[in-house]
Amino acid sequence: MATEFQLNGQAVAVDIEGDTPLLWALRDDLDLTGTKYGCGIGMCGACTVLVNGRATRSCITPVESVANATVTTIEGLAPDGQHPLQKAWVQTQTPQCGYCQSGQIMQAAAMLRDFPEPTDEQINSVMGGNLCRCMAYVRIREAIKLAARELNGGDTVEASEAGGATNE
Amino acid sequence: MSKFYRYLNRPEGSQDNTDQGLSLSRRGFLIGAAGAGFTLAFFRSGLSFAQPEDVVQAEAFEPTIWYHLHPDGRIVVNIAEAEMGQHVGTALARIVADELEADWSMVELNHVDSDPKWGLMVTGGSWSVWQNFTPLSQAGAAGRQALIEEGARLLGVSPDQCQARNSQVIAGDQSISYGDIVSRGDLTRTYSEEELKEMPIKPPSQRRLIGRESMALDIPGKTDGASRYGLDAKVDGMVYGRPLIPPTRYGATVNSVDDSEAKSVKGYRQTIVLEDPTNTVPGWAVVIADSFHAANKAAAKVKVDWSAGDTADVSEQDILDHGVKLIENPDKGSIMFPDEGVDDAFGGAADVFEQDYITHSVLHFQMEPVNALAYEKDGTWEIHTGNQWQSLIIPVLAKALGVKESQVIMRTYMLGGGFGRRLNGDYAVPAALASQQLGKPVKLVLTREDDSRFDSLRSPSYQRLRMAFDGDGNPVGMEHHATAGWPTQVMAPFFMPKGANDEPFDPFSIQGAAHWYSVGPHRVRAISNDLANATFRPGWLRSVGSGWVNFALESFMDEAARKAGQDPIDFRLALLKAEGRNAGQAPNSVGGASRQANVLRRVRALSEWGQEMPEGTGLGVATTYGQERNMPTWTACVAKVNVDRETGRVKLEKLTLVTDAGTVVHPDGARAQVEGAALWGASMALHEGTHFEKGEPVARNLNTYTPMRMGDVPELEIEFIDSTETAVGLGEPATTVTGPAIANAIFAAVGVRMREIPITAEAVRKALQA
Repeated sequence: MATEFQLNGQAVAVDIEGDTPLLWALRDDLDLTGTKYGCGIGMCGACTVLVNGRATRSCITPVESVANATVTTIEGLAPDGQHPLQKAWVQTQTPQCGYCQSGQIMQAAAMLRDFPEPTDEQINSVMGGNLCRCMAYVRIREAIKLAARELNGGDTVEASEAGGATNE
Repeated sequence: MSKFYRYLNRPEGSQDNTDQGLSLSRRGFLIGAAGAGFTLAFFRSGLSFAQPEDVVQAEAFEPTIWYHLHPDGRIVVNIAEAEMGQHVGTALARIVADELEADWSMVELNHVDSDPKWGLMVTGGSWSVWQNFTPLSQAGAAGRQALIEEGARLLGVSPDQCQARNSQVIAGDQSISYGDIVSRGDLTRTYSEEELKEMPIKPPSQRRLIGRESMALDIPGKTDGASRYGLDAKVDGMVYGRPLIPPTRYGATVNSVDDSEAKSVKGYRQTIVLEDPTNTVPGWAVVIADSFHAANKAAAKVKVDWSAGDTADVSEQDILDHGVKLIENPDKGSIMFPDEGVDDAFGGAADVFEQDYITHSVLHFQMEPVNALAYEKDGTWEIHTGNQWQSLIIPVLAKALGVKESQVIMRTYMLGGGFGRRLNGDYAVPAALASQQLGKPVKLVLTREDDSRFDSLRSPSYQRLRMAFDGDGNPVGMEHHATAGWPTQVMAPFFMPKGANDEPFDPFSIQGAAHWYSVGPHRVRAISNDLANATFRPGWLRSVGSGWVNFALESFMDEAARKAGQDPIDFRLALLKAEGRNAGQAPNSVGGASRQANVLRRVRALSEWGQEMPEGTGLGVATTYGQERNMPTWTACVAKVNVDRETGRVKLEKLTLVTDAGTVVHPDGARAQVEGAALWGASMALHEGTHFEKGEPVARNLNTYTPMRMGDVPELEIEFIDSTETAVGLGEPATTVTGPAIANAIFAAVGVRMREIPITAEAVRKALQA
């Protein structure tokens, strides 16, 4: 039986087994490969998407459980890929291999709704569920704070040409 | 000269540092029209082509180094190195663009496939920038010269009135863009080897891109889901494969397969048993289904009866015990240095100090589990996967498939983490075999647990170090015996040089031991642990032996300093004399041990060294030459830890790192590499590791395997020495110092010496109670 839900602002239906993890439905049936498979047990965070605005591990979420829900993936976070978090990720030159970063950004997007001005401790505890094997953690934290400033009406994150980030 | 021969001719620890591995001998350079625009490339001499166009047509280029100028001004630099987070394409392109005086905003990267025309493809060892710096500079300078000559002609002036800047040739108040020169002019040129050597390379003071900050070109696509990794590869008509991995890495055979229960799974097709003439994946079966989910569900229901190989009961302790036995047999192993007088030094010593060190198994745990898509198209086998060493696995794939190497092509994707795992392309073999057997495209994906079981993990190691002291407490002789599984012996034995006793050794598994301390006669003995090699396929993991060797060496130097009653930094500085073989040689190790002493003094100045610390808090130091003696990246680290005496829990508070990597091409990328490498080293020291039981690694997913998370990250202070010396590697060196610095800091904090990593809270607590 087809499962219907809202995906990045569009109504979609997938006719697959209901116990298929949302991750594979997104990647293989809906061709959105920005959401990644890492551990399959919800502990690395690479598969994080938003379901009704809440950060959700899509690898352990059966597709049938998101019927009629609103799902947002990295591809739908901002129409032009210019969400303040995405701009901050570029500005701080955070990604290395980049594989975990969709999940990191989606987790951070959910966090900033709960904690608009997150402290280091809040960032550590929320983002602690997202593994970055390249260990770009210092920059992830910096990027979150940079984006939080813009979202709170502070400075706009500039995607400057000269660029260059430091962690200090 | 290829990387193979560089290694064969100049193994780690050899006395001959003169060959740069950067030689352009027997190569020319050409600029030839190609489609719209011009291609600039090295070409093989020996092949004599009358016209550059013919060479361009035949694409008979020398390895990896070529670029294309388009009439619209775009400059496309072809990159054969794997992109796995080191932003290597950006660094290499900036070397070309700097000499070319190109407008950086017009530079694009193109990651090429594995066609032999690009030459040997391997990305590892932190070699990329070091090996390509000179050729890329010359290639850029040749292009600049041609553009100036042709631009001058079009402007009606003489070339010496012109200069190039920002993709323009400028003469007084006239100028012409590179795009216009390409559109209107004829850049066709050839340069002989001699002419190329004469090419005017800019002095460092005139560099405009190298050493300046810039945005890495691969990053934007990694923030919006656009970057394509191996796991994202798709082709029409493909089916999914999920392997059923046998109980032992080698020697297992399938007796029977019962898939009767799996047949109820919607989308399940069949289970096949692979026949592998290369013995890469002996005893593998693959569950085939229409989706990965169906393959997973069916895999849980398929029953395979295996006969296991000989290593089904091997434990971590068995491997380490075997290592001890090997070390205690003086006939085993390869002696790296021809040093005479070691036995006399120890025989006549006033005092001898000896300690043993252990490092446990470490998984790569790259975020993207290994996977590959394979299919045949028009007689050619297409392999779509992220890989670091295409040239190593293509012959294996060809043999497995029973086809010629020229019939196998590997397509390039971003790597969801490399760290050395994807130097070993073994995971492509079962995909190819399954596809051949089924006659259709197969996308083989390992689950995380499969990936861990099949990992080419970092071998456990056992090491014994000894130092002889004279009556005044000065070192007069040293021995270092190291045993571990040897990846290079198992996968690339042609890479192994011979030691002084004519026995071959894995240079990557002993690098670090050929240190720059002047300690009198020095015996380094590298021993392959054959039980490790039989139980699993040892892998190259970020910095390889430099990781475990330096944990032992730099822990030992700390212990030796304390035994000699000296400050650990003063003790090391006194031995970094830059004399004899430690004086260094142009071009790679100019200054020798004096540069290592310099980073050590600098890290002392930056850190709180010598200051009073609170209870349970201490500082530890370590310093290394990075990875290879022939490509030293001078590295020093001070770690600050706090130890909870009740629980034994170690909190890493700060890492201070100083690196002298010579010329730094892409400073922010360099810093990112040091950040990541330093934290990897810390993670292996305090957070992650596994052990073998019943022939397999016990920890297979994040419920039991626990790499560093954000909350564990210490404060980082990172500094580079400002230098215009030869650019060396940066991807791995910081990995080598943090582990021993942490162990030494624990001793400084609470007086217990941890000689085994990972250092668990329980082990610290037990040591405190002992």
